[in-house]
Amino acid sequence: MTTTPAEDTARTAAALALGDDALVLSHRLGEWAGHAPVLEEEVALANIALDLLGQARVLLSMAGDEDELAFLREERAFRNLQLVEQPNGDFAHTITRQLYFSAHQYLLYDALASGEGPFAPLAGKAVKETAYHLDHAEQWTLRLGDGTDESHARMQRAVDALWRHTGEMFQPVEGLDVDPAALEAAWLERVTEVLRRATLTVPEGPRTGAWKAGAGRQGLHTEPFGRMLAEMQHLHRSHPGATW
Amino acid sequence: MTASTTATTTASATADEDDLLAHFDALIADGETIEPRDWMPDGYRRMLVRQIAQHAHSEIIGMQPEGAWLTRAPSLHRKSVLLAKVQDEAGHGLYLYSAAETLGVDRADLLDALHHGRQRASATFNHPALTWADTGAIAWLTDGAAVINQAPLCRTSYGPYARAMRRVCQEEAFHVRQGYDLMRTLCEGTPEQKEMAQDAVDRWWLPAVALMFGPPDTEAGGADARTAALGAAVSRRAMAWGIKRHTNDELRQRFVDTCVPQAERLGLTLPDPAIRWNEERGHYDFTPVDWHTYRTALGDDTHWARQRIASRLAAHEDGAWVREAAVAYAARTDEPRGAAT
Repeated sequence: MTTTPAEDTARTAAALALGDDALVLSHRLGEWAGHAPVLEEEVALANIALDLLGQARVLLSMAGDEDELAFLREERAFRNLQLVEQPNGDFAHTITRQLYFSAHQYLLYDALASGEGPFAPLAGKAVKETAYHLDHAEQWTLRLGDGTDESHARMQRAVDALWRHTGEMFQPVEGLDVDPAALEAAWLERVTEVLRRATLTVPEGPRTGAWKAGAGRQGLHTEPFGRMLAEMQHLHRSHPGATW
Repeated sequence: MTASTTATTTASATADEDDLLAHFDALIADGETIEPRDWMPDGYRRMLVRQIAQHAHSEIIGMQPEGAWLTRAPSLHRKSVLLAKVQDEAGHGLYLYSAAETLGVDRADLLDALHHGRQRASATFNHPALTWADTGAIAWLTDGAAVINQAPLCRTSYGPYARAMRRVCQEEAFHVRQGYDLMRTLCEGTPEQKEMAQDAVDRWWLPAVALMFGPPDTEAGGADARTAALGAAVSRRAMAWGIKRHTNDELRQRFVDTCVPQAERLGLTLPDPAIRWNEERGHYDFTPVDWHTYRTALGDDTHWARQRIASRLAAHEDGAWVREAAVAYAARTDEPRGAAT
């Protein structure tokens, strides 16, 4: 390999960003185990969580030791999007988070898979999983949006609440040979289309919060994230140096 | 030939019933499977519904003690193994509810019976999973007991149940190996990890031995004569119908015989001072399961028994609006396209 140290650093940064997205969202989905509204969703949510964890393990291993990176970094060193760390909320919030993220991840991996960069092999495999995740999220968006009055109201609340976390997905990621900004139009089109079919109103509010756009990528997270890490890392940190 | 083709008069229905029973008995005697459209005695149908439903419920309730550790798994490898396992368990629940539904019951009614205490899950899962090692002990011991219990069910006389069990057992056997592997890693790890493993085995051994195999059905198991006779009568009936292939106590013995050498290899002590090899019997002796302990542990009034059901019920109730939305959406989109747009 003829990569320069600067290229290696950039590649590590990009692997961390994408790996942390998958790791953190997988963890959130794992919290649903035993609490899903129907048994089929126990299987589906665990399945998606498992796919994402698989992606996370490949990506974090490109950046270093997967367990050190997952269990021994502090909150400020994580590079995931704030969207994926948002608490599960009700099923509508979980589905909306999945819709927004999967649509983004699908477009990103699709673009990476057709390139020749270091992430092409992973993206080629992951894009197939992500297509399934997106389909799952879209089907539920339709059912909830166009279901009952209650499900419609809950889905609209979730769509509105998470909207301000969508802008960060299109901020540049160091070391990635695809510019996320280039995916924004296609993302908006796909999400707008499914929300419209689900009889939901596309939010008009800001797509970034009071924080700087892309803050998650800079290690600036929302408050629930620290508690999530405390739970995730507790056991590993309690036994320094142990193997599991 | 199915029951629906029989004549309608009482006299000939009785005669037909004798024929049907003879045909049923012949199928069982020949080791043929009974299929959903075949005639079967009511008692056979009831015993199967009860057993398959309890089995399905146990898969679903069994997700709780392990699922609680998903967010705390200490390595990404173990986390993915545990996620896969919990997913498998939900899948097993689905196979089994489908098998039960072929007997003319409805899954929603079975879940309702679980939620309101008319049907039970295995009392084993009424024990709390207190440390990470518990996930290993559950997989090694509890799933290990399940495999020994369930392997003969792959040949049970009711076809849909037997076919569900073949798929379940394959995955279940894999879980046992993963659980053993987890325990071995702990036993080869730091003193704290080893201690954690021993503590988990101390707490999960009796639930596995006592509760995964059902009540004693011989006096050899330490039960009094009346209890043993009652258990034996139920076992005999299930065995005559080819639903079960072995008595509870036979399977329990087989489980102990399997676990003792495994525990020795791990360097763990099974919490039963009476365990020793009996040359004469060719089996390990162990402390007889005391029926009173069994009944107490089985009680629905223990804290965790209530907790498990409450948690399941909460998930079901919290999800009601989601299920209602799915039904409303399906009803709407099933309309002819022209009408919808």
